[in-house]
Amino acid sequence: MSARVLLLFFVAGSVFAQVTFERILGADKEPQNWLTYSGTPFSQRYSQLNEITTENVKDLELQWIYQASSLEKFEATALVVDGILYTVQAPNDIIALDAATGRTFWTYAYNPSPKARPCCGHINRGLAMLGNTLFMGTVDAHLVAVDAKSGHLLWDTTVAKAESGYSLTHAPLVVKDKVIVGTAGGEFGIRGFIAAYDVHTGKEAWRFYTVPGPGEPGRETWGGDSWKTGGASIWVTGSYDPALNLTYWGTGNPGPDWNGDPRPGDNLYSDSVVALDADTGKLKWHYQFSPHDEFDHDSVQIPLLADLEWPDEAGQKQMRKVMLWANRNGVFYVLDRATGQFLLGKPFVEVNWMNGFDEKGRPIRAPGKVPTVEGTSIYPGSEGATNWYSPSYSPRTGLFYVSSWADYASIFFRIPVKYTEGRVYAGGWPKSYVPDGRAAENFRKDEEGRGSVRAIDPKTGARAWEFKMNDVTDAGVLTTASDLLFSGGREGYFFALDARNGSLLWKATLGGVVASGPMTYSVDGRQYVSVAAGHSLFAFALKK
Amino acid sequence: MKHRGVRVLAVIFVAGRLLAQHGYTPGDVEEGQQLFIENCAICHGPEGDAVPGVALARGKFRHASSDEELNQIIKNGIPGTAMPPGNFHEHQFTALIAYLRSMTASLAGSATTLGDAARGKTIFEGKGGCLNCHRVNGKGSYLGPELTDIGVTRRAAQLERSILEPDAEILPQNRFFHVVTRDGTTITGRLLNLDTFTVQLMDSNEQLRSFLKINLKEFEFVDRSPMPSYQGKLNPAEVADVVAYLVSLRGVDR
Repeated sequence: MSARVLLLFFVAGSVFAQVTFERILGADKEPQNWLTYSGTPFSQRYSQLNEITTENVKDLELQWIYQASSLEKFEATALVVDGILYTVQAPNDIIALDAATGRTFWTYAYNPSPKARPCCGHINRGLAMLGNTLFMGTVDAHLVAVDAKSGHLLWDTTVAKAESGYSLTHAPLVVKDKVIVGTAGGEFGIRGFIAAYDVHTGKEAWRFYTVPGPGEPGRETWGGDSWKTGGASIWVTGSYDPALNLTYWGTGNPGPDWNGDPRPGDNLYSDSVVALDADTGKLKWHYQFSPHDEFDHDSVQIPLLADLEWPDEAGQKQMRKVMLWANRNGVFYVLDRATGQFLLGKPFVEVNWMNGFDEKGRPIRAPGKVPTVEGTSIYPGSEGATNWYSPSYSPRTGLFYVSSWADYASIFFRIPVKYTEGRVYAGGWPKSYVPDGRAAENFRKDEEGRGSVRAIDPKTGARAWEFKMNDVTDAGVLTTASDLLFSGGREGYFFALDARNGSLLWKATLGGVVASGPMTYSVDGRQYVSVAAGHSLFAFALKK
Repeated sequence: MKHRGVRVLAVIFVAGRLLAQHGYTPGDVEEGQQLFIENCAICHGPEGDAVPGVALARGKFRHASSDEELNQIIKNGIPGTAMPPGNFHEHQFTALIAYLRSMTASLAGSATTLGDAARGKTIFEGKGGCLNCHRVNGKGSYLGPELTDIGVTRRAAQLERSILEPDAEILPQNRFFHVVTRDGTTITGRLLNLDTFTVQLMDSNEQLRSFLKINLKEFEFVDRSPMPSYQGKLNPAEVADVVAYLVSLRGVDR
């Protein structure tokens, strides 16, 4: 081989490995890879791979397990690029594995500050990638860039102050030459924001505060100085529509969670979806799912984008750019993603905090349904009807799929509250109806709530089918072009359903809670399905 | 908040001696309760029992026993769990520990009149027939709930109610379950685990049994407690004696 040929080979090899933004935009055209948290910028968690089918899925067998050297919850969805799998071992180690064998290439260990105080575990949900660089948010509120070949740190930017309760737990989103993240900390009286950083330098390019400050529109929805501690955190990855150049993000609860008295008003942009210009971070539109929330109804769900036939004002069906959203508050929504117009809202579980919508799509609150000193019973209960775990949409079936906690209530208590920096700022607590809740998981009766995977027809909000589980679930949903649906739950099962009717086709016992979103990829033409459970990552493929 | 203040005073009164051993003042306990309600109840619940596998009011902690160990956990959090490092001043750590200790002490105290524990033991093992279903320190049946450390997990008033009205509150982990296999065999026992596809229970022969739901014709919860009420079977003094005995059961020495 001549030196020139060798050089060409070397250049071609390294160019091929580059994840350009064009590749991310066209991620559905290279389904062997999983280039962004939800699979594509539209966040449908739907794969074109179809080697595994409803007929042969019963022949899935375990290919490898990666056991994390961490006892934290394993909530990350992996990325796969050209046979290499990148994931996060909580809290903040990046691991590069051979996607076919599970063998490790390298580990990058980030040591977060002991001052980090994320509310709900030192967890991380995944990575973003552009070029040869991986991006990770950390529990002490840094954003780091790491070389995907070597696992070496390229830059480290402080996004916010960990001691005050800020943390980063979601997978970043790359748009063009920027990497976008938002801050968690909604139980600590933070002031939430979404910010974009230059992919090469880590320098902040723009910042959008999810709680408006003085002089900004929306400030009037916060009484007094409550905007300073308004929460509206971000802890799940957003989506991107290249045609509109808008990036969409769901926002968390207003602070304090269960006592709204210190923050009179609607509390924009808490519990909302915000549509931001991806180049400038300017707000294009917003829709608030739960104005003046007092139930911790974070709207940190994945903004799932789809193009559907929808009747126009004359009743004629037109293709419409929409957003599908099953909210923690128990309602399934369809919004026009160009304008934010409310198109449909329908409860998908039992709900008692609201009684329908006014003509503008604002929920009508049920009288008396607020947290009290004595306690108030609210459906859905404290963990919501769904939460951060990813939904899926299959263009083949036309159905929207969501893991949900169905038909249960909690008792919501309110207490007086004052803000102290870096302390819990909650104003109450929810209580389970099940006595001695600490032991209830494996003894649950149907009427105490259950987990389920629900299929919803987005054109009507009606339920197409339901797969019931005894215990509740924090597992995401994956669908494929062969009408398979993969999900799991707290019982530790990982299973495949027929996406058309919900019938169970295959299951495996993984021995730990599935609290991550399944994803799929292929290496040398062989399809794998991967999911994290307990403290390990599992990969399945068909028997050879 | 007023009723909470009254309760704190009662707790301090009952627990006074215990707390004095640790050098805590009533002021510490009161401040600790305030801090607990504001910062900890969000996950642990006001009774300290809302996190699966954790019962702060038991006085036996999974990761600590001494005050110093408790201090370290509140200060640094627990890796691998949702327990974050606490952001408190030094004296506030002390106050929180004082309150945790007072919660334990309050379990022992109760509005119920306690009888004589030794007499209670005799009734428990004799005419009460309690060992036919329950087990204490290696003696008795496996079928009902183990009671060896019941004195640290349940208050006297709760124990009294369970003796007189067993159906009033059945904890989820004490639920009974009923299955019918395909060949018509009926098995009832204490439920040990239940999921979408399987059932595990302790049957009436004290055998650990596991079933696939697809192999069952029927399966359902048993709504009523298999425990008989002792209302009218034991007189009030005897009930008080049994309660005193149960309160004295503090687990296996180690």
